[in-house]
Amino acid sequence: MLYFILNDKEIATSLQPGMTLLDFIRYQQKLTGTKIGCREGDCGACTVLVGEIKDGELVYTSATSCLMALGNAQGKHIVTVEGINIEGLNAVQQAFAEEGATQCGFCTPGFIVSLTGYCMRSETPSYHRAIDAMNGNICRCTGYKSIERAANAITQKLEERNNQPALQFAIEQKMIPAYFLTIKERLQQIPQQESSGTLAAKKLGGGTDLYVQQHDVMEHAAIDFLFDKIALNGISQEGNTCKMGGAVTAADISDSPIFKKHFKQLDEYIKLVSSTQIRNMATIAGNFTNASPIGDFTIFFLALDAQLTLSGSSQKRQLPLRDLYLGYKQLNKTEDEIIENINFELPGDDDHFSFEKVCKRTNLDIASVNSALYLKMNGDTIVKAGLSAGGVGPIPAYLPKSSAYLIGQTVSFELINELIGIIQIEISPISDVRGTESYKRLLLAQLVKAHFIKMFPAIPVEKLLSIA
Amino acid sequence: MRNIDSYTHTRGESVYLDDIPVLDGTLYATVYGSPVAHGKITKLDLTAALAMPGVVRIFTYKDIPGKNQIGGIVPDEPLLAEDEVHFNGMPVALVVATSVEIAQAAVKKINFEASPLPVITDPRVAQQNGSLLVSPRTFRIGDSAEAFKSCKYIYEGIAETNGQEHLYIETQGAYAYPVEHGNIRVYSSTQGPTAVQRHMADVLGVGMHQVEVDVTRLGGGFGGKEDQATSWAIFCGLAAYLLKKPVKYSLHRMEDMRMTGKRNPYSSDFKIGLDENYKIKAYEATFYQNGGAAADLSPAVLERTLFHCTNSYFVPNVTATAYSCKTNLPPNTAFRGFGGPQGMFVIEAAIAKAAEQLGVPASVIQERNLLHTGNEFPYGQIAVSEAAACWTKANTLYNIDSIKAEVDGFNTAHKLYKKGVSYMPICFGISFTKTLMNQARALVHVYMDGSIGVSTGAVEMGQGVNTKMLQVAATIFSVSPSLIKVYSTNTYRIANTSPSAASATADINGKAVQIACENILARIREVAASILQEEIGKISIKDEKVCVDGKPSAISWKELISAAYVRRVSLSEHGHYATPEIHFDLAKEKGHPFAYHVYGTAITTVTVDCLRGTYEIDAVQVVHDFGTSMNTIIDRGQIEGGLVQGIGWMTMEEIVFDKEGRLRSNALSTYKVPDIYSVPKRLEVDFLETDKDNLAIFRSKAVGEPPLMYGIGTFFAIRNAVKAFNPNSNIDFSAPATPEKVLMGLYHSTNE
Repeated sequence: MLYFILNDKEIATSLQPGMTLLDFIRYQQKLTGTKIGCREGDCGACTVLVGEIKDGELVYTSATSCLMALGNAQGKHIVTVEGINIEGLNAVQQAFAEEGATQCGFCTPGFIVSLTGYCMRSETPSYHRAIDAMNGNICRCTGYKSIERAANAITQKLEERNNQPALQFAIEQKMIPAYFLTIKERLQQIPQQESSGTLAAKKLGGGTDLYVQQHDVMEHAAIDFLFDKIALNGISQEGNTCKMGGAVTAADISDSPIFKKHFKQLDEYIKLVSSTQIRNMATIAGNFTNASPIGDFTIFFLALDAQLTLSGSSQKRQLPLRDLYLGYKQLNKTEDEIIENINFELPGDDDHFSFEKVCKRTNLDIASVNSALYLKMNGDTIVKAGLSAGGVGPIPAYLPKSSAYLIGQTVSFELINELIGIIQIEISPISDVRGTESYKRLLLAQLVKAHFIKMFPAIPVEKLLSIA
Repeated sequence: MRNIDSYTHTRGESVYLDDIPVLDGTLYATVYGSPVAHGKITKLDLTAALAMPGVVRIFTYKDIPGKNQIGGIVPDEPLLAEDEVHFNGMPVALVVATSVEIAQAAVKKINFEASPLPVITDPRVAQQNGSLLVSPRTFRIGDSAEAFKSCKYIYEGIAETNGQEHLYIETQGAYAYPVEHGNIRVYSSTQGPTAVQRHMADVLGVGMHQVEVDVTRLGGGFGGKEDQATSWAIFCGLAAYLLKKPVKYSLHRMEDMRMTGKRNPYSSDFKIGLDENYKIKAYEATFYQNGGAAADLSPAVLERTLFHCTNSYFVPNVTATAYSCKTNLPPNTAFRGFGGPQGMFVIEAAIAKAAEQLGVPASVIQERNLLHTGNEFPYGQIAVSEAAACWTKANTLYNIDSIKAEVDGFNTAHKLYKKGVSYMPICFGISFTKTLMNQARALVHVYMDGSIGVSTGAVEMGQGVNTKMLQVAATIFSVSPSLIKVYSTNTYRIANTSPSAASATADINGKAVQIACENILARIREVAASILQEEIGKISIKDEKVCVDGKPSAISWKELISAAYVRRVSLSEHGHYATPEIHFDLAKEKGHPFAYHVYGTAITTVTVDCLRGTYEIDAVQVVHDFGTSMNTIIDRGQIEGGLVQGIGWMTMEEIVFDKEGRLRSNALSTYKVPDIYSVPKRLEVDFLETDKDNLAIFRSKAVGEPPLMYGIGTFFAIRNAVKAFNPNSNIDFSAPATPEKVLMGLYHSTNE
């Protein structure tokens, strides 16, 4: 049996835990406000809120219910648009109605849920954060300007919050119904999941990839749910080493003080990676094991030479991330092994790190080419280098020759030019829906230039941009 | 007035196709689409699929009781393939099962083989092979060949626009169930209920009167559900008719993207001739439209390309020829703008090319050639133009001199980034170009309690047409909107509807509502005159009060309605409207096809990241000819939404078919539409309000399609920025301007 709260109702269900939360909501519970647009997390029409108690606080995040396993709802509060409706329109709904931010209306509940969820979070309100909360929601009618105006109106309301608790304020301001005040206590009463005891063949993290690729298989699969295992969560620092559990999500990294301290441009990198909803669900280990040649966080951590702890049924072993990939979608990992831990050395104050990504649409898109560069410096000399690139070969690539070339060098225009020559020999891009081979070659060269321009502002930009 | 659906929309309580509660015993349909783009079917083995528990039946063309034909303009499109398949995804068999999952699993067990035939995806190749959907057409004014002889400057080139996926967030779908006497009721997510009704009757071999089509609302249409919603409704109807069970089919996104047609891609040749004052004296264009495997609406789309081939400019000598080419892609179809944008892009490219060669801004040529009232279009209609009014107002309102100075200053100061600016004037004709379609009907009931029900042929798909219909009734009767309900669109209530398309829906249906309401009003005023013993000419209704000489009497709206009912006066009316003045002679390709034109100007400013080839849209500043807007919230929404859709078409939305005719951009992960970060940072819309009489409802000009074409300005602004970085760039007139094309354009070297 699975136990959770759906809106204002306690749920106990023996349905398949591999069923998507979306199907459960729409077709079992007949709550049709949650819409189906794509079933792959790319439109946000099925957005729900997921409430859980973290560090003693009830916290809500958004998720696309099409990629969320019912089993991952265990012990949580799931909120659909019906669950935020009050008598008359709530403040977010009111703002949407007044600004004409709904036309055909099909995407609207998803937007409303995303923005309402934002109103329930305790971070300092800002217009940009309100927009960020809706960055996984696609609208084909409005052109978003009216939605921006609604977000602006809501931000102004939130600015009156001062130090009041977010949930309390949201209830007072008629953003959400009063039952939310009872949820924390009710969540503490939720029974543990009763395991079926069957041998679980499928390991499931956040589901953002498995449910895109194997939606039909997952529904009936016996699943080992990893997402909420305490041992697989948490980001910590020991000396210069950062340690992350295998179920750490992109959002966890985004919120992590350790990452914020050591990666000054973290917010910009994060913004380039999927959407708010997906980042709340997608695990870093899942990004690694997905083995997509353009996995954003894979590229990020390849440059940093992350080390993995793989845990199987009989043994544990250490493996550099750089050795995980044997070929296209082929891993140096058995079916029963999971990534238990990810460790890497944090960049120091004098070191450099850069992540770059270009795709057809800057945000919420899969890269044509992405790349990361990590340089450990001793004065002006590079003592350690990691250059990675995605979309330029069958696997997410660490470029050993290019990286080795940098060691012992000082950065100059000539060095960058030479490096780009070596890179071109080391990569093997193909033409596909994300771009032609020649484009990917040029683009990677440009992204490498971008790394250096950001790291070393004194480089003569004009020379680097010259047309051959 | 805000959209009347905004309350239920924001609460998630509006009912779309997939939200309709299903009846007990409902079955689920899924189509097996051809895995190859062109071939002769050699094997279709359904045994394994039929053996699956839960599979009820699998239908092929052999099961169709009536005609296996759904072509609207040309009867060239079977509902289900017979001997050959003509595009990847062409429906071959219809699986009906007890659940969606079983139906989808059964589809995978169908054993299909075909001997391959040549696959053509390029319209120019199709044209060379003589593979056309309909005969080519040519619009002509003056003598372009002769005029070129006296032109000082002549430029030629090629311009291309890719297709566009509609990406309505609600996929296609329908739900049909049998009702007594062998009739069928179908809920369909369609813009064209009558098309569904007509073709379903043909396929089932019954009369149209036996098919009831009901449409509450669509989760977006944009033209994609004008003709292409039909087949899904018929699949459900066919199965429901034959199995005597309710049957539902709500497409998975990937099925929808693979099996439905898109905006027609075009490849076009242009030749433009100017005199020493940059006046365009001659223009020739040849359009190769990629129609896909069947005509669908492509012939009509093609026609509108010709109507708009000179956009907002007066050109005295024009020869424009258009070929509708048959290829092995899904049949392409209507999409907001309907061929107009494709035509306009070509002349904008021609002007841009001339400007680059002459070393002047394109705006100089654009401005000197704007249409003026009295100018003749290539198809013979005389313009009543607001082109110059919009252009001039945009210049002053948005201070074009400061925009240009800012762009120039920025480009001098920055190496990594360059800005580009462009103008996009538009002129779009309003009416269905097929004159007979410009008719509509409305059924208005005033109930005995004074409340009012309105039915029309208009389909609500987000454009706010129901709100406008309600406004018409509320205005004519002078009653509170709360007394009025606009009902679903239903073929039992309104017959022979034209699809909700061509931006004309509010105009023609609104006029029909107006006529119906005015006729009822005339009758009840007579009742009031008789009660009050006053002349009827003195009687009016204002704010739910009967007035005499404009002064309120003691009689309220509700009392008057009650009195009329007691006197056995009819409180219902069926209004019929046919757009006057319009006509078109297909033999001569001349006439007066449009009730009126809509004009406007957009100034677009973009910033290109010259390191990465990406770009941001800084601002789009619009002056748009609204006539007199009857609903500024809705009309502004149409401008903003249409513009952004046009920007998507011109920038990130890239449809990719491989040589085998397989769609590679087949999901939202591979086909990108604008998200909230990619829209213009600043979007200003100014309402050019005019008091000239026109044929629009309440003089509020149609606003659905025209703003999409402002998006074309983004392409040219990006191009200008690329040229600012690399004046020798060879960047093609090939939309969309994806980051790939931009980067390759930025670093194009003449040494290569």
